[in-house]
Amino acid sequence: MPRSRSNSTFNFSQGIRKFFLSAFVVFAFAAYAIHERLTSSNGDPSSASAAPASGSGQSASDPASNSSVQQAPASNSSSSSQVSYKNGTYSGPDVNVFYGLVKVQATIQNGKISSVQFLDYPSDRRTSQQINSIAMPYLQQEAIQAQSSNVDIISGATLTSEGFQMSLQSALASAH
Amino acid sequence: MKQTRILLGMPVTVEVVDAVANDLVIGNLVIDEVFDYFVYVDEKFSTYKDQSEISRINRGEIKFDDASEDMKMIFGLAEQTRQESNGYFDVHHNGIIDPSGIVKGWAIYNAAEILRKKSFENFYVDAGGDIQASGKNSQGEKWRVGIRSPFNMDEIVKILSVTDCGVATSGTYARGQHIYNPKNDGEDITDILSLTVIGPDVYEADRFATAAFAMGRAGIDFIEFLPGFEGYMIDKDKQATYTTGFARYVLNA
Repeated sequence: MPRSRSNSTFNFSQGIRKFFLSAFVVFAFAAYAIHERLTSSNGDPSSASAAPASGSGQSASDPASNSSVQQAPASNSSSSSQVSYKNGTYSGPDVNVFYGLVKVQATIQNGKISSVQFLDYPSDRRTSQQINSIAMPYLQQEAIQAQSSNVDIISGATLTSEGFQMSLQSALASAH
Repeated sequence: MKQTRILLGMPVTVEVVDAVANDLVIGNLVIDEVFDYFVYVDEKFSTYKDQSEISRINRGEIKFDDASEDMKMIFGLAEQTRQESNGYFDVHHNGIIDPSGIVKGWAIYNAAEILRKKSFENFYVDAGGDIQASGKNSQGEKWRVGIRSPFNMDEIVKILSVTDCGVATSGTYARGQHIYNPKNDGEDITDILSLTVIGPDVYEADRFATAAFAMGRAGIDFIEFLPGFEGYMIDKDKQATYTTGFARYVLNA
């Protein structure tokens, strides 16, 4: 099995492949970072420059170790999967909601949203309201669908006298 | 024990599932007390009753300073809600004061408090589709609350699983346009048909459901930004829009 061999030619070719893989990931990473910079005011450049340093560092310091060669692509792929949420602090655009402008700032740690802060809040106030949240507020949509009528109570706008009578009859029938 | 009566011009249902309420005498006694409270509220706040306190205030027969404590409290709560909704909730309409938008939720909340203060734990009070739910149902599960379709009175479009909170729905489908936009009086709200709000109690859910509905489509944004509240809005195209935390109340059947 190739993996059990430990001659230097194999490690060297693995190193070259890793180098190209690293270079590709770093390039994709950098491209994404530049793209992000266009919309963010406070992007964190260290995470982008950290990738080539750690990649070349491993291959230079430990070229003969099989385990580190096997490890390197794994760490690269994990950092490439984090590209969608890069560590740093990002500000969104001003969004006009019905009562004024809202501007939020999201902080990403370990690829996840760790906090969302309001930079602008309605009523022309410039408040900074910290919200501990793992998700930014957003609305979702769906088409309404009929459900089973196996419920204890029904919430709805106040009934008309007509529907009211119908509902009342069934309500009284089930009253006990 | 469960009973329904017509009070305040709408069906009011009270169900108490605590074992002690299964005793016919005790059950009837306590549920009667809850209904009596609604009768008291109706006598005082109904704008349809000539001799109600609110009607006499509107005719100038009673000065505000001489009004009852409950009336003063309702006026205070209405003003507070008007401010908290940026003016979208307003009891002043066509030159008269109609506080029914705040009285209903307040009355349901107080009715439920009657039961809670008697140490009942598992019950609900439902007045015209606005609900205060406490504890569990007769199967020992959270209360299952269906959201009625604005297109079909017999259809449920969402089932919620709730306890110790309030659920209120504002809509235009059943009684015609009974919610008006105070900032654009005379213009009907037709884009959205129904807005259901889950809140810490029925008073809070009802007043913000009413205020948010008057905002039209922006109402669901208002609920989204209101801490402790979730909402489900149904528009004329049968599309529902719901807030970030709403899904945790949806019963996955």
